[in-house]
Amino acid sequence: MIQFSDSKLKEVEKIIARYPQGKQKSAVIPVLHLAQQEFGGWLDVPVMDYVASLLSITPIEVYEVATFYSMFNLKPVGRYMFEVCQTGPCMISGADNIIDYIGKKLGIKPGETTSDGMFTLKTVECLGACGYAPMMQMGKHYKEHLTPQRVDEIVDECRRNAASNN
Amino acid sequence: MGRKLLLEKAHVENIRHFDVYRREGGYRSVEKALKTMNPDAVTEEVKKSGLRGRGGAGFPAGMKWSFLAKPEGVPRYLVVNADESEPGTFKDRYLMEFLPHILIEGMIVASYALGSNRSYIYIRGEYWWIVDILEQAIEEARNNGFLGKNILGSGFDCDIFVHRGAGAYICGEETALIESLEGKRGNPRIKPPFPAIKGVWDCPTVVNNVETISAVVPIINEGGEEYAKIGVGKSTGTKLISACGNINKPGVYEIDMTISVEEFIYSDEYCGGVANGKRLKACIPGGSSVPILPANLLLKTAKGETRMMNYESLSDGGFATGTMMGSGGFIVLDEDQCVVKHTYTLARFYRHESCGQCSPCREGTGWMEKLLLRLDRGQGKMSDIDLLWDIQRKIEGNTICPLGDAAAWPVAAAIRHFRDEFEWHVLNPEECTRRNYGLAHYADPLEVTVA
Repeated sequence: MIQFSDSKLKEVEKIIARYPQGKQKSAVIPVLHLAQQEFGGWLDVPVMDYVASLLSITPIEVYEVATFYSMFNLKPVGRYMFEVCQTGPCMISGADNIIDYIGKKLGIKPGETTSDGMFTLKTVECLGACGYAPMMQMGKHYKEHLTPQRVDEIVDECRRNAASNN
Repeated sequence: MGRKLLLEKAHVENIRHFDVYRREGGYRSVEKALKTMNPDAVTEEVKKSGLRGRGGAGFPAGMKWSFLAKPEGVPRYLVVNADESEPGTFKDRYLMEFLPHILIEGMIVASYALGSNRSYIYIRGEYWWIVDILEQAIEEARNNGFLGKNILGSGFDCDIFVHRGAGAYICGEETALIESLEGKRGNPRIKPPFPAIKGVWDCPTVVNNVETISAVVPIINEGGEEYAKIGVGKSTGTKLISACGNINKPGVYEIDMTISVEEFIYSDEYCGGVANGKRLKACIPGGSSVPILPANLLLKTAKGETRMMNYESLSDGGFATGTMMGSGGFIVLDEDQCVVKHTYTLARFYRHESCGQCSPCREGTGWMEKLLLRLDRGQGKMSDIDLLWDIQRKIEGNTICPLGDAAAWPVAAAIRHFRDEFEWHVLNPEECTRRNYGLAHYADPLEVTVA
């Protein structure tokens, strides 16, 4: 059964209240973000249907949005997602090498997830960190000035965090 | 040392917090506007300042405000465009991350001028951590009586909300942004009607860039005329430039638009020169969509004049020999960079970001990407270069929004100025996978005197 906790439902109410009366459809992107965080890092169809019911809009209105924006995952992803920027300024600063390095280290290609479900590697387009390239997004934060060594540290850190949270 | 109006306090410790920001003179413009000026007088000051939109198009901000329709009984909205996604551009991020209160302060004044009681910040989804910074600043401003009901006893009510997007460059286009704020796909609308008449939820709306709204603070504090004295010609005030690529000091700089491009690249006050002692090959001075220029045309115009870091000088010569100020995303390429490959990554970016509404853009961006990849890998034909030119020409001007133009221009400029490099890729299919072309014959740098 897909259902937000009471505290998350309060958050949804607060999000809806940002917009004028009757314009709760505007809350679809923020509520989808919340749903993706709560329900395993991706948006399964029942999750999208649930969001539609919360906002009193039709499911298709939610699917339209979820399929348009690149931050919504429509299939399962790993516990940690490495979204490495590969656009011009990052490319000239060595993004390709970083993508190769991560891929080899984790044994996956861009778009794939490690078999233990821990890491997903994804290439993305410009994230607005061009002066601090190469870089990637990991969850809420950016990891910038990446080097192979820095990647090693990040991967170790993720593994440690995962182990201590289990 | 240029004058700083926006970033002057960026390095004050804890400037993110209301108390420190206030102690440093913050929120004076709100007091001045709400206590001593009527809304039209605020708009008038912004007009006098000559402030031009800092998002890329450079449209006069005061004029945009004066177009706002004011029908009786219909709410009006101010929406700040913080969807900064143009490759090479990271100035708004810097402003919001380190000086969130200057944006909130500018928004309150602008909301007062426009009569917006509910204003929104549309921030790109990836700037996730900045949402917290902004929401905290809003909360602090509210707790100190600068937001909410009857601000400073003026009778003016205003609330600010942060709306986080979810990854779509196209939402930086103002009508796509409005669609997205309404909870839809970011498909740009046909204009007219312009947002000033029919914007978000069909109400009159002004959409302004983060930096534009922040600039309202010094304009109100010092007066529009004083602001207009900084800079040159129609390039008034200061501009944030985010510099990246092969330079010694990448980062965000505030310039007063009277310095030369050469000074900006080579002076230690700014970029600090090309990294690793390499020579300058080319530069994209205003974000990925503006034309790339080879070193010789970058530092001097075709007429032989020194090229300056302002709207007029950067566009001197039109697209034949000039470029644009754009968003101020300054990308520097050294002699080892491959223009074909760089252009390919930009074409891939635009294909990825095309919303798919208009076929010239939806199909054309994909073709350009494929052709450029083929050329980059040494698998292209001579005729591919002409085909590329043909495709970009058929995209430009044939789409609802400017994303089509933005995708076409970098390809056109790369072929215009670096055609020999494209041809070399065709003629040397094996060699081009092992090494780069280096400097183009005509791109050999001029004598450079370090400023």
